[in-house]
Amino acid sequence: MTEASPIPMLRPNLDVGIVGYGAYVPRYRLPAREVARVWKAGMGGTPIEEKAVPGLDEDVITMSIEAARSALARAGIDPTQIRAVWVGSESHPYAVKPTSTVVAEAIGATPHTQAADWEFACKAGTEAVQAAIGFVGSGMARYALSIGMDTAQGRPGDALEYTAGAGGAAVILGPADESLAIFESSYSYSTDTPDFWRRANETYPEHGERFTGEPAYFEHISAAGRALMTSLEATAQDFTYAVFHQPNAKFPERAARALGFTPEQTKPGLLVPRIGNTYAGSSMIGLAAVLDVANPGDRILLVSYGSGAGSDAFSLRVTDLITPRRDKAPSVETYIARRTEIDYATYARYRGKLTLK
Amino acid sequence: MTPSSRTPNTSDIVIAGLGMTPVGEHWNLALRELALEAITAALNDAAGLRPNVLYVANMLSPILSGQSQLGALLADFAGFRGIEAVTVEAAGASGGAALRQAELAIASGSADLVLVVGVEKMTDRVSSDVEAALSTASDADYEAVHGATRTAQAAMLMQRYLHEYQIPADALSGFGLLAHAHAVANPLAMFRKAISPEAYARAPMLSEPVSIYDAAPNADGAAAILLARRGSIPERLDRPTVGIVGSAVATAPPALHDQDDPLTLASAARAAATAFQRAGLTTADVDFFELHDVFSVFAALALEASGFAGRGEGWRLALDGQGSRESQLPILTFGGSKARGDTGGATGVYQVAEAALQLQGRAGEAQVAGAKIGMTQCVGGSGGTCATHLLAILEAA
Repeated sequence: MTEASPIPMLRPNLDVGIVGYGAYVPRYRLPAREVARVWKAGMGGTPIEEKAVPGLDEDVITMSIEAARSALARAGIDPTQIRAVWVGSESHPYAVKPTSTVVAEAIGATPHTQAADWEFACKAGTEAVQAAIGFVGSGMARYALSIGMDTAQGRPGDALEYTAGAGGAAVILGPADESLAIFESSYSYSTDTPDFWRRANETYPEHGERFTGEPAYFEHISAAGRALMTSLEATAQDFTYAVFHQPNAKFPERAARALGFTPEQTKPGLLVPRIGNTYAGSSMIGLAAVLDVANPGDRILLVSYGSGAGSDAFSLRVTDLITPRRDKAPSVETYIARRTEIDYATYARYRGKLTLK
Repeated sequence: MTPSSRTPNTSDIVIAGLGMTPVGEHWNLALRELALEAITAALNDAAGLRPNVLYVANMLSPILSGQSQLGALLADFAGFRGIEAVTVEAAGASGGAALRQAELAIASGSADLVLVVGVEKMTDRVSSDVEAALSTASDADYEAVHGATRTAQAAMLMQRYLHEYQIPADALSGFGLLAHAHAVANPLAMFRKAISPEAYARAPMLSEPVSIYDAAPNADGAAAILLARRGSIPERLDRPTVGIVGSAVATAPPALHDQDDPLTLASAARAAATAFQRAGLTTADVDFFELHDVFSVFAALALEASGFAGRGEGWRLALDGQGSRESQLPILTFGGSKARGDTGGATGVYQVAEAALQLQGRAGEAQVAGAKIGMTQCVGGSGGTCATHLLAILEAA
């Protein structure tokens, strides 16, 4: 018999942090009551207040570019120093042809760069962050850009149509001494759990209804969060803020409670009631919103969740550099406040729900 | 509750052992594993007796699990390779119908020990698939094909009931409230939480006027009972000997529109009358009644059809304290289908197992004090099949 080995935390050779971050939320908002009006005769509960909807000329590429430009503005670095542009999404405009090369070109990071698209449902973005920690932490790159961005698909009339939103965030990872927040440790937890999927060439995803809860979201979020906290010998009280993947308002609130966090710790990063579930962008834009208000010394727990299924957990410590960099780009709240309400018909047009041929 | 006075007809068929799994979402267990859990519990409860014959009560396995021939599958998986084993299917009445077959096998003299396992696995599939599968209990050509799901049919029936008898919209609320209150005492129940009349009033509609508190949740579960010919097994001194003193299965047209009067559960009326006659008992002798509350309106109709209430009066037996464990006629003593969870074809086996626990004095917090005669009844679809059982203590411990 071999002794049970400790849960393997992910630690790079060199300390890595976030040198710049940026978010994006499109301006249009579809109230959940509009979905209920069209599909449920106005009856039944709504899982959020409203969701963000991209305009006709927006997609994951354009949205990623704006978030990346904000991240660059905060980082204050030369984009040619970036050695990886990685975009995690489940709404890449092309099935074959990278989102990331267009983004890299647009921000001036080409040609001496890695570029790739990541796919792992709602944790494609944080998966790209894990990889970037390794890329930078090994010394292969000074800077790497990881983006989680989505224009999520919700089948008309499906329960997910209330929440399938649009938005996300970009982070530029670099050396700890240049960072506004430093990664203390991270961990990834993955299993084969088929709770939500979209097969090739399908327009809309399918899901296993209540199966998406207990054995999927809650199991992975708690396992990843708990393992990371245990390895750091930390409890919820040791963190200032916590951000969890937020497919609706209830799930992250319950996950937070189970790990011992208070509503005060999660509120700044809990955006889903106002912008919907931004899928690969969801936990990352929550982190961006927390960085918008965090103070030097604050400690942040970030746990993503991707269907299929897995969670990435990160512990971050905010540095003094947050103060001079924060205001060099628009805050998440600025994007949320920039709001134009639309009705279901306009939403149907903007999102191409009407098949014209 | 008043202790019954009449002595039931004697019976040769006794309950040698029983076992039940928790009712709920068993996503981590295959259908055969779920069945095995109940079978193992029942055989342990029977101190190691082994069956000659196995009847499996199941409705949805061929559709939802892609598996038929459960008799052979479960006989093998449970370690009885080679014995006589078949599935008995009568939609929601499968459990009671399988028990009836087991009793007939013993009564005919062809078997001494017959195992009945009711097993249903509904929650591995999305709800539209499950609803479509459940619709196969109705008339496929004249109901299901037109989209009249069983919830839609229950809604029409409930609307008719409320209209015909000019009673308040919440007249049937007592059944859901009672079921939830009783399930608190059942460690195997899916929902062990009492609900308030206010919660009932606010409940979301499934198909007006059927709200979520008028409809039983679909659940996974398995229950097993080993029936034995009295005298063929060692007498037990540790618990009362409980026997099946009367049982009957009766039918009616599965399609609501083919029934003479949809507000009369004709199959239940026939099955109850026959079971009472076979047992030599009447409604006055029944100390508690495990009825099939798959929808609240069916609970009221079951009480009326079985003779406990007059036409249009069944709903009153769940209000103002009636139906509680301390009342004249306790019902749904372990939470019924509404709060224990409805396990489709396994329901009838759960009901009889629960009734046996009551009579054996092993119902724990759910115990009905002094119960000597219990009645169970399960119904398939909108009353197409009904199986009714009367159980009694044959010999005190």
